[in-house]
Amino acid sequence: MTRNILRVTLLLIVASFVLAPMIATILGGFKTNAEIRTNALGLPAMWNTEFYGQIITDPAFWRYLRNSLIISVGSVVLTLIVGAAAAYVFAQIRFFGSRMLFSYILLGLMFPFATAILPLFIKVRDIGLLDTWWAVILPQTAFSLSLAILLFRTFFAQLPKELFEAAYIDGCGYVRFFWRFTLPLSAPILATVGVFVFVQSWNNFLLPLVVLNSREVFTWPLGMMQFRGEYVTQWNLTLAFVTLTIVPAIVFFLAAQKYIVAGLTGGAVKG
Amino acid sequence: MTLADAERRLPASARWRRAVSNGRVSAVLILLPPALILFTMFVTLPLGESAWYSFFNWNGYGTPSNFVGFGNYERILNHSVFHIAVGNTLKIVAISLLVQMPLALFLALLIYKKTPTNAVFRLVFFLPYILAEVAAGLIWSFVFDGNYGVTASIAQSFGLGNVFILSDPDLAFMAIMTVIVWKYFGFHMMIYIAALQSVPQDQIEAARIEGASRWQVVRYVQIPHIRPAIAVSAFFAIIGALQVFDVIIPLTNGGPSNQTHTIVTYLYTFGLTRLNIGFGSAVGVILFIGAVTVAVFYQRIFMKRAEA
Repeated sequence: MTRNILRVTLLLIVASFVLAPMIATILGGFKTNAEIRTNALGLPAMWNTEFYGQIITDPAFWRYLRNSLIISVGSVVLTLIVGAAAAYVFAQIRFFGSRMLFSYILLGLMFPFATAILPLFIKVRDIGLLDTWWAVILPQTAFSLSLAILLFRTFFAQLPKELFEAAYIDGCGYVRFFWRFTLPLSAPILATVGVFVFVQSWNNFLLPLVVLNSREVFTWPLGMMQFRGEYVTQWNLTLAFVTLTIVPAIVFFLAAQKYIVAGLTGGAVKG
Repeated sequence: MTLADAERRLPASARWRRAVSNGRVSAVLILLPPALILFTMFVTLPLGESAWYSFFNWNGYGTPSNFVGFGNYERILNHSVFHIAVGNTLKIVAISLLVQMPLALFLALLIYKKTPTNAVFRLVFFLPYILAEVAAGLIWSFVFDGNYGVTASIAQSFGLGNVFILSDPDLAFMAIMTVIVWKYFGFHMMIYIAALQSVPQDQIEAARIEGASRWQVVRYVQIPHIRPAIAVSAFFAIIGALQVFDVIIPLTNGGPSNQTHTIVTYLYTFGLTRLNIGFGSAVGVILFIGAVTVAVFYQRIFMKRAEA
């Protein structure tokens, strides 16, 4: 009994260390700047909603979110289609060199994004994609493919072989089988990879920072840094901005918890 | 006998004709190229180009022509800020292995059992991990702000003057490491919890009946069982340390006086923002070598042990 009290007390101490910065941020958005100076952590003396209001009525805020959403959804859709198609070939069809090509794709698991960031910048610029959504979507998708194809192939290989043979005898070809059967049967793994790619894209900072220069196409992390730079003396506005971006993330996490945790432990395969 | 087995008995020419007629060839030609092209264009080619550019002094315009051999590498390896960046990266590795992972393991042992309270704690501890790094960095730059922040409030209430943690060369990196532990311990904890839940319950009970203490159960039953998970989390900690970037930018941007750079912020600051493409590419190549070395070592050491 005393042991359990000790345990819960310890856990509560850690939990308060974890939550305090987030709570201070959320509350900070309700305080005047002068109040933050003297009371950074406590409840606000008066709940001002005008700072949150100022962010919500700012069209730039919504533009940043829209850009992030388009880029993330684009990356997810492209990764799922392109990755699943390739993984299907690797799982179903043996041909000369197929193993080598599979190992080639897996090379992508070995190194971090940042190693190639400068040539990526040059390439994106030379193709003429700088300052477009594609500048983020294409490299991001390419870098997600290794993990996606690895996970998809493992999953596809476990689908019952009899199914394919029955369909094949009924005259169903390989490509059609992929669309009609493999994809619909693979919803769980598609969801796991999809959520993983979405979260990575939504939070990505380095790549957009390098390939997006104009505010029109900024994703929200860039927009947030821009905003912070402009209102450097007004913490309450920045905190309101941060809150309005982290609260949806937390809600999304609570809703998709199962897939996120699965995606992360799936990501642990990356070793 | 499956279809595939039956086919393997056919002669090569007949097999090829069948592969064409039943659509296998067209399936390969339709479904595989998009992935190969994207991957080659945006992953392997840039990597090769990194190596190529690293031998030139080049600002990114026109074609690289000013060949400098290993000159960029020499400049990097002699640059005191690069030494700081590598040192800081190693500090992050050390703090991850020596503080973060033991903390995560300890907490995992406290809450791995499936009860409603434990579920709540698990959720709370995992929250920082799902935040964007930039958001986490901004939140903590507020916490550490010398005029407005939480630490300033605390210092004031103790009658201390203003402390500017993030502009203090000695304290700034400690602050960054605090943020990193805060942000990532929940991730490691989740890996351990998943592993701990798969430890066979009867082994734990058997040890208990034999009179093992709680600590002995942890030490001789649970930890040996989750060794592969610990290896995985160590790998992530090291690979993660090599990539730290997003958190630093809002917190210190590498300052004060370049004291808090990591390898990637170094690459960004001295390679990209100054358009030293050759120089930055050389940093990228060094980073690549580091990451591959870690991956190879990991497979050699831990994978073998896990199999044994």
